Amino acid sequence: MINNKDEIVETIRMIEEENLDVRTITMGISLIDCIDTDINKSCEKVYNKIYKYAKDLVKVGETISKKYGIPIVNKRVSVTPISMLVGVSGGDPVLYAKTLDRVAKDIGVNFIGGYSALVQKGFAPGDMELINSIPRALNETEFVCSSVNIGSTRAGINLDAVKIMGEKVREAAELSKDRECIAASKMVVFCNAVEDNPFMAGAFHGVGEADCVINVGVSGPGVVRAALAKTPKDASIADVADIIKKTAFKVTRMGQLVGVEASKMLGVEFGIVDLSLAPTPAVGDSVAHILEEMGLEQCGGVGTTACLAILNDAVKKGGVMASSRVGGLSGAFIPVSEDAGMIDATESGALCIEKLEAMTAVCSVGLDMIVIPGDTPAEVISALIADEAAIGMINSKTTAVRVIPAIGRKEGDRLNFGGLLGYGPIMPIRKLSPKTFIDRGGQIPAPLNSLKN
Amino acid sequence: MKAIISVVGKDTVGILAAVSAKCADYNVNINDVNQTIIDEYFTMYMIVNIDSITIPFTSFIDEIQNVGKEKNLKIQCMHEDIFNSMHKI
Repeated sequence: MINNKDEIVETIRMIEEENLDVRTITMGISLIDCIDTDINKSCEKVYNKIYKYAKDLVKVGETISKKYGIPIVNKRVSVTPISMLVGVSGGDPVLYAKTLDRVAKDIGVNFIGGYSALVQKGFAPGDMELINSIPRALNETEFVCSSVNIGSTRAGINLDAVKIMGEKVREAAELSKDRECIAASKMVVFCNAVEDNPFMAGAFHGVGEADCVINVGVSGPGVVRAALAKTPKDASIADVADIIKKTAFKVTRMGQLVGVEASKMLGVEFGIVDLSLAPTPAVGDSVAHILEEMGLEQCGGVGTTACLAILNDAVKKGGVMASSRVGGLSGAFIPVSEDAGMIDATESGALCIEKLEAMTAVCSVGLDMIVIPGDTPAEVISALIADEAAIGMINSKTTAVRVIPAIGRKEGDRLNFGGLLGYGPIMPIRKLSPKTFIDRGGQIPAPLNSLKN
Repeated sequence: MKAIISVVGKDTVGILAAVSAKCADYNVNINDVNQTIIDEYFTMYMIVNIDSITIPFTSFIDEIQNVGKEKNLKIQCMHEDIFNSMHKI
């Protein structure tokens, strides 16, 4: 039965005025059957398989977008962690990065993720080679994204990997210092990484996944904010949570529709819908503005963590009922440079890195797209990664660090990445030295899962 | 299957005629029309049946959007599934 006029108007308004969109359709492709002991043969198989599976991805995305009148902003590919291929083939891992970059360009996707290694409990063959090559790979490619999982609730945290990743973040920024340090914005360090995440830079296709799946990431901070703006200021917080749930339900249903349709058209299994609120720098598409609509003077003040916790939980509750398969990171993202409200809060001094760290205990991921001073020592970045990973490890959630050292910039400057990555003012960070701690190396033991206080 | 055509823009003569003529051209049957004029702005939602459409639905969307461009109107045509999936459990 066709809907009534109010529902038609509401849907069109969400899309036209409140920036409702499907943020990404990401095709996950396993490269296990591409591994060869000769790296050149391996790269050729990788190119051919990705091309064969994903050549129609962009076209299908555009057709669905037209049929339903809903923007599908990004079409992307995620692949098996490349370190596994490097472990067998040997050779320079950057060859794989260039192959991924070439195929991404040829099929027209805007990012390809999976230049990754999973080292939460130690380094297997290929892991160290890949990690060492990340800065160079990201600097010499355009579309490749990289992630490294350095910890998990079950394994603890690999402090050796934490130390190295702090150095690699700096190296990536230094290599690309003439291009807004952009290489560092394409790498993310995870604790408890998920295997079916469709969002970049952290997407990779886990080894437990099927050969090829379609994962969908929805968005819609503007829709949630608009719904809350119509709520009386004296409405109870339970009413606020209910409105968020209802809105998340509608947004997720749209993602489910798009995912099922895409999987049918491509002849590929439907993976998951990631129930995320992913902001963009566009006005009216901000997670920070939702928190402010809930009743805060500005994001970053006291009360921010509580409001974010309510938001994150309500989004999941509303979304879970709307989709047959939910997964990925699912929750509210808080990337600073990609969110107009977060940028404003950083510039006014309301939002600091310590508050962001607290927020990551209750949001979907972690410290994301934060521009830090260019003279931040590698061990400080490593310790930041360790802090963030500890929050994830203890709370059994995914956390991550994606920070961009602004090499050669002065305090008060900003980095401008352009597009969805946005721009960010430099956020001060404490430089008290954690060097002795980071230099210790070894494995932070996995936590106890009882006596929960 | 049905689709929703929405039209928003400054009111001029022949908007409804132009859209319905385009529907007739491709054997798209109009089930329901809901139109209002607020402050000289014409707003219309049209529910159409596309079971017997003679061209691919995405091509029909192009055709109907071209009418909008000619008459300086914002015209959208969307498959009903998006409304049903968002608002029905």
